[in-house]
Amino acid sequence: MEATQIQSLSRLKVFLTDQLRNIAPVFTLLALIIFFSIASPSFLTTVNFMNIFSQISITAIIAVGLTYVILTAEIDLSVAAVANAVGITIAYFTMQPDYVNIANLPLPGIIAIVLTLLTALAFGLITAFGVTWIGIPSFIMTLAIMQIANGVSALLVRGQIAYSYPEFITMLGSGSIFGIRWTIVVAILFLGIGHLALTYTRFGRYIYMTGGNREAAEYSGVNVKLIIGSVMVISAVCSGIAGMLAVAYFGSAQQNQFDSYLLDAIAAVVVGGTSLFGGRGGIGNTIIGLLVLGVLNNGLDHVQIDSFLKILIRGLILLSALIINVYAQRLKESH
Amino acid sequence: MNIQLMSGDGLPPLLKLSNVSKSFGGIAALKDVDFELHTGEIHGLVGENGAGKSTTMKIIAGVYADYEGEMRIDGAPMHFRSARDSLAAGIGMVHQELSTVPDLTVAENVFLGHQPLTRFGTVDWPRINREAARLIASLGLDIDPTTRMGALPVGLQQLVELSRVLFSGARIIILDEPTSALSPPEVKRLFEVLRKIRAEGRGIIFISHFLDDVLEISDTVTIFRNGRKVATERAAALTKDAVISHMIGRGSIGMHMGESTTLAGDEAKPVVLEARSISDGKLLRDVSLRLRAGEITGVYGFMGCGQIELARALFGKIRLKRGQLALDGATRSFKSTAAARGQGIAFVPENRRMMLFRTEPVFKNISIAILDRIHRLWLKPRAENKIAATRATDLQIRPPNPNMLLGSLSGGNQQKVGLAKWLTHLPKVLILSEPTRGMDVGAKEDVIRIVKALRDRGVAILVLSTEPETILTLADRVSVLRKGIVAKEFSHGTIHKADLLAAA
Repeated sequence: MEATQIQSLSRLKVFLTDQLRNIAPVFTLLALIIFFSIASPSFLTTVNFMNIFSQISITAIIAVGLTYVILTAEIDLSVAAVANAVGITIAYFTMQPDYVNIANLPLPGIIAIVLTLLTALAFGLITAFGVTWIGIPSFIMTLAIMQIANGVSALLVRGQIAYSYPEFITMLGSGSIFGIRWTIVVAILFLGIGHLALTYTRFGRYIYMTGGNREAAEYSGVNVKLIIGSVMVISAVCSGIAGMLAVAYFGSAQQNQFDSYLLDAIAAVVVGGTSLFGGRGGIGNTIIGLLVLGVLNNGLDHVQIDSFLKILIRGLILLSALIINVYAQRLKESH
Repeated sequence: MNIQLMSGDGLPPLLKLSNVSKSFGGIAALKDVDFELHTGEIHGLVGENGAGKSTTMKIIAGVYADYEGEMRIDGAPMHFRSARDSLAAGIGMVHQELSTVPDLTVAENVFLGHQPLTRFGTVDWPRINREAARLIASLGLDIDPTTRMGALPVGLQQLVELSRVLFSGARIIILDEPTSALSPPEVKRLFEVLRKIRAEGRGIIFISHFLDDVLEISDTVTIFRNGRKVATERAAALTKDAVISHMIGRGSIGMHMGESTTLAGDEAKPVVLEARSISDGKLLRDVSLRLRAGEITGVYGFMGCGQIELARALFGKIRLKRGQLALDGATRSFKSTAAARGQGIAFVPENRRMMLFRTEPVFKNISIAILDRIHRLWLKPRAENKIAATRATDLQIRPPNPNMLLGSLSGGNQQKVGLAKWLTHLPKVLILSEPTRGMDVGAKEDVIRIVKALRDRGVAILVLSTEPETILTLADRVSVLRKGIVAKEFSHGTIHKADLLAAA
């Protein structure tokens, strides 16, 4: 009797250490929601939660691609810059009001959208080429792409601000359906498809296996270069689409308007519990991570905290998530 | 048979081990070993893998502190608790894998860890370069101390590492497989340096599988077998054959499984994969090999002879610099491991870590190599599970539960999983690197049976191993690899372990 108890206890322990990376973010989220609900009466309302969803929707689209990248144990630091450049590109291909002084190239909406998507694809292909073919570490390669994308942004708007986009983009970025913002719908769609592809397709399995043990994947005849190249392309395309919607969401397209999105997207993936060492985690984790960040950002506004302190608190939350992330990995490898 | 060596001047030996024994978890690795090293002596140490050479050296180097018996240095009893103790007592080791830093200069490497400082606390560069130059010149070498280490050929890098050991004041120098990566002229130069060091009154222990080298440079040779010292003799009184018969035991030739075998190479069988004088630009030089359907080709050689590279060249992991591969007579070049797999080549590497996913369940480890055959787009976990369960039964993987995490299986069963992933659709060619290394007897026999069954079903199999027993147990024909070259081929008649050892 006692022996079986000890056995089931130790099995529980194994299960808990196994699931630490999944459990910790959920508890963090619950704790934050409870704290802010008590601290502020305006926090726990339907309207406010729709606000939160809306606030994290753009980050969510970027985070889907980034989840794929981080699952293969790579990183993409160019996501925000690519989103910015692609957002500006769509404006560049759209007729702007007279007072916007940009030498741009207006095209019919559908062509503008297709060309802009191709721009995002091109960023991804260049990154994939550098990382897999040339062998540049993704950390450095995407840093270079970040700078290049910022350069593209700068050249296209030249310090100006653009305001017009194809109608379809304006609708998705700033419109609503049944009272729900389209960006939320698109984000849910991306998260859903991202999750299905990761969990139920061959490609998804290859991503997990490549991230779990790249050498073993290669010696099992998996084309790891193709997998890693693909996730870099997926990440760039997700960022690009997020960028297109975001300029309509913001109502303007200009340089440096995505600066906070790089950290937010990485934080969402990591806080959610996806392993920085690859092979563990997924879109489910990213959703929790997004909610933690969304609730935190929004909740801190409700409790009237010093806005400078907010930045520090976000940093501390990210640090503790990193500690749990690395610790969970160590536990996982120790048994 | 054993002769007692005494220093001519009556001084105690530089190093003396008496009745040293060491066991790991109740299994004896070393039994009552006596060993003496004298000043001005080069002492060769030979024996098969697992004979006790490494264990002995690790005791001397302070890696193992819990052993029985006594160690004396200059007649004084010593018991090292750590590698630091051993270093302080004047013992220096040059490992087979060099521990030099390729991006630092030669001089920096010589002084690695203890650079002399100026009185301002900065590194004294003129002194480092001056003293390194002096040290290197004293070994009769002509190397500019400011050269980047990585720019030197491996033979010179090794000599720089040796000079670092000398500089640290070592009087007992242990060289582990120093000639395995060297060309003949480099070996000659190393020997000249060793003779110089010997003349300075230091003692050298020379561990090697290359018996010709050992007999040439050593004054005395000690031979280990099964954890015991079986002989210590003057090198001049030994022949290579005598050393081999000590290593494998006289009475046992041909008596046990794996000691000898009768080869049955059949030229009538079709060649499936052919390597036509392939070179990888580093180690492999003009290696030619023909793998035939329904035959097991064994490749034997010492560690570092190029087997690891050969296996990877055939599986599309290493690109060929020269030569070509032909599959069923048609020239092929595999741009990736995925391409090789697509052509029906399967590879089980020597290290489990390289082929398995510890934190994933067994069925994912098995299905990874055939996902594209089971699924088009969507995964079918049930189909995967069924296939994995079938493999687990076929190969007697225990427990036969495809949902267990791989890491919770025993080593032998993990090895079987690594094999299992290639067996759902029979490959044309199966490359096995060290298929039975480190396995217990039961698992070993299972693997041997599985491999032979695959051969009988027409798979062309390549087995690469540093263990002669593995080769002799499995192979229908054998190629012996030596420093990246096929040194000898056997296809018919009876061969003994001694033949392999002598050819390698």
